[in-house]
Amino acid sequence: MIELLALPYWQETSIKLGLALVVIPTTSLILVYLFLFKMMAFMQSRLGPNETGPYGTLQLIAEAIKFLQKEDINPAQADRRVFRLAPVVVLASTFLLYVVLPAGPDAVVQNLDTGVFYAMAVSSLSVLGILMAGWASANKYALLGGLRAAGQLIAYELPLILAVMGVVIQAETMNLQGIVEAQATGEIFGIGVIGNPFILTQFLAFLIFMIAAQAELTQTPFDMPVAETELVGGYHIEYTGFRFLLFFMAEFGTAFAFAALASVMFLGGWWIPGFDVDNNILNILGPGVMLGKILLVAFFIFWVRFTYPRLREDQLQKFAWKVLIPLALVNIVLTGIFKVVF
Amino acid sequence: MVSESAEETQLLPDDVREAMLESLSEALGDALVESHLRPHEDLWLRVRADRWQDVAQMAKSLGYTYFGFLSAIDWEIAPEGRYENTEFDGELEEEDSEPVVQSTSTGYAGGDTRFQVIVQLQSPTEHTAFHLKTDVGEDNSIDTLRDIYAGADWHEREIHEMFGIGFRGHPNLHPLYLPGEFEGHPLRKDFPLLARHVKPWPGVVDIEDIPEHLEAELEAQVMAAFEAAGGGE
Amino acid sequence: MTTTSDRDQLAYISSQAADARVNVELNTGDMTLNIGPQHPATHGTLRIACRLDGEQVIMAEPMMGYMHRGYEKLCEVRTYPQCTTLINRIDWLGSFANEVPFILAAERLMEVEAPPRAQWIRTILFELSRIANVALFLGDMGVQLGALTPVFFAFRDREHVLNQIEAITGGRFHPNFDRIGGLKDDIPKGWIEETKSVMVKMRTFCDEMEDLLVGNEIFQTRCRGVGVIPADVALSYGMSGANLRASGVDWDLRRDANPGLAWDQIDWRVWTHPDGDSFARYWVRLQETREATYIVDKLLDGIPSGPIMAKVPRIIKVPAGEAYISTENPLGEMGYYIVSKGELGPFRVKIRTPSFNNISVVPWVMKGVYVPDVITILGSLYFILGDIDR
Repeated sequence: MIELLALPYWQETSIKLGLALVVIPTTSLILVYLFLFKMMAFMQSRLGPNETGPYGTLQLIAEAIKFLQKEDINPAQADRRVFRLAPVVVLASTFLLYVVLPAGPDAVVQNLDTGVFYAMAVSSLSVLGILMAGWASANKYALLGGLRAAGQLIAYELPLILAVMGVVIQAETMNLQGIVEAQATGEIFGIGVIGNPFILTQFLAFLIFMIAAQAELTQTPFDMPVAETELVGGYHIEYTGFRFLLFFMAEFGTAFAFAALASVMFLGGWWIPGFDVDNNILNILGPGVMLGKILLVAFFIFWVRFTYPRLREDQLQKFAWKVLIPLALVNIVLTGIFKVVF
Repeated sequence: MVSESAEETQLLPDDVREAMLESLSEALGDALVESHLRPHEDLWLRVRADRWQDVAQMAKSLGYTYFGFLSAIDWEIAPEGRYENTEFDGELEEEDSEPVVQSTSTGYAGGDTRFQVIVQLQSPTEHTAFHLKTDVGEDNSIDTLRDIYAGADWHEREIHEMFGIGFRGHPNLHPLYLPGEFEGHPLRKDFPLLARHVKPWPGVVDIEDIPEHLEAELEAQVMAAFEAAGGGE
Repeated sequence: MTTTSDRDQLAYISSQAADARVNVELNTGDMTLNIGPQHPATHGTLRIACRLDGEQVIMAEPMMGYMHRGYEKLCEVRTYPQCTTLINRIDWLGSFANEVPFILAAERLMEVEAPPRAQWIRTILFELSRIANVALFLGDMGVQLGALTPVFFAFRDREHVLNQIEAITGGRFHPNFDRIGGLKDDIPKGWIEETKSVMVKMRTFCDEMEDLLVGNEIFQTRCRGVGVIPADVALSYGMSGANLRASGVDWDLRRDANPGLAWDQIDWRVWTHPDGDSFARYWVRLQETREATYIVDKLLDGIPSGPIMAKVPRIIKVPAGEAYISTENPLGEMGYYIVSKGELGPFRVKIRTPSFNNISVVPWVMKGVYVPDVITILGSLYFILGDIDR
């Protein structure tokens, strides 16, 4: 569709960038309202916000305004530059992640050939931001949170990437659009009605990806860095106002992005059975389909978050190194064998 | 039903506690100064202050391994009196057929000195309990029990800051409740209750009489509701 | 020529040397961390000063007194009925249970026995306050560990019990209902049936907590083997209640030293657990809550008829003497040592609170645990600040 308009490169890019910049806060808004406010409230037998706007839909806008008008407090002993830069780094990694997420055959900001590789690399930038926040806050609780985050996030990068390897082997490409096409045109033992959604053939990889994503997002049961009842906020304890809003938006934006990655790689992305992959209709339907699949994946992420207690740091590490990584390696071997044999 | 059996058991001798008293007196020997037994209620033993640790050790070896509490009693009468001469107290004393007379005794297993330290120990296997008392000497200090009963650590710290009784052998007697700069020992009887000096106790003030013009109205309302509900049903 | 084993040995020595150099250059010392006094995990203003080596605790020292209200001194200038208003507020989650030992001690000195109906209703209210208190703990332990949802169910279901307490006493949190010689009022019409249905709801709540938390693998991994307190240490520190029974000591004051209430009139069992770790303490309290609902059901069936208050003079003067009565309160063993000199108020009241002894074990049990385990152990020991600080 964009080809029809045949705009020069810079105009096309700026339109795409503008859309992306609007989409990102909106997506975190949707996720926060639906899951953090309403779903969590209903599961805990209470109502959640229901005053601001119809059914409390404008609550997050009210909260954003509240954050914006707060005083910008920097701790006296904090490292000024690093303290101010840390939330920007975390948010930047989220923004960069949205560059490759496809919402339709052509509805993607930049269709990189190394899409998966780029996405994994960029998402690990947030570790740097968290470490900066923990160090620069000049607060022992923040330091503890930062140290825990460093260990945890680095440990869980490996299962994340190894799980994705299985998908890449099966799709024979790292291009995210290519992965969607592989799922659309593939067949399971000759039955091609629903294509080949990798959640069925790569079920182990899907599980490992979801667990590792939960850890990358520092959600319970892996929220040691932000353990509220112990560290009272961990690495973002000293952030108020606008900077805290940046952390908050980054957390839910990244959750949305990881859910999008999961639905692209395992659930078939913007494709629904019954359409050709090149069909232009999918450029309009695609975002809706993607949203539906993302909400489904995010539902599970947040459901686990509200139900489970958290693991201790050493139990967390044991789980990653002794359970997840061997399982992911087994998955890769099996995928390779099946790929060659069948 | 409960009260009948209680009366019956009151008349019967308290075998359990009598046996306890015998075995404890035997074990303690000359450390025991006095004892008091209230049948089916409790047992008090008063021991010499210089044998305090030995007594506790013997009690623990006899099976009293559970540490109840350690506290102190200041037997001096508070110099400023108990009540602030309010209207309430005045009415109380007028109506009373027997005037309030404060007993001059110093409790069971009566104490000779101003301060008495009391420890309650229980036996988890026999389900029995008794109290150990001792009179604190002139130097206001006795030995610590924290090497025998670990729980005595904090109890002794509290008694030290509240009463000023020293515990020989306790490594850190710094205050438990009070801030560091607090002067004085609050639970002593000569330490005034500052709140009462700042504002005298008003007694019963928050019950006002119903104003007369409303009283008749209210009574009429109550009677009407009473009749409407069937009147005395 | 170096063989393989020589090379391994050299590698080992050089890595040790590198470690030593790092330690000297970086001077990795200890860190002092204050948990509290404002902290979501401590139930109130308790401050625990920890010296940490990385994430391991070398030494932990609780410091309290932020809420010390001086109850023992205040009781000396009040009459006996006036004291009960103060005592309600020691353990503010299960308030009726605080009044009972004090009133019983005063009754013992006066040689007055409350009528059987009053004793039975006292027992029922005692068990209701136990359920209200421990139900909150069952949900709160989840919050300490990160599971946010169970505590909301705890608050919601606790309201039913508080409604029942309010229906009979007029106050949800601080009933101030016990009087020397009996109770203030009789039970209202329909209260027995309502309370029975509330007990059914509380049993459902206990099953929910068992599903949500006890069976959860993460909960078990976090709690099993954490904060083990052997039985002799627990006895020596004077720990009581569920903490003691979770270390394997079969001792319950309701059964073994019944001060006259109605527990010996019905059948019920005492729950113990041999492990002595945080999981055991949670498990024992869960079973005790369920058992308390059964006790209330059985008691409701057999309340004897009769007066609710014995004949006591209007102005209460307690004869001279000393008395100590302790009962199995929700938090542990709570007792009042009353010294009376024959006047309108006590001469000296020593309040023996369970949480004071329960928390004195913290310096002993916290050596070498990780910071998250500090929170787990504190949560499982279950204290209330008003109980520690009085």
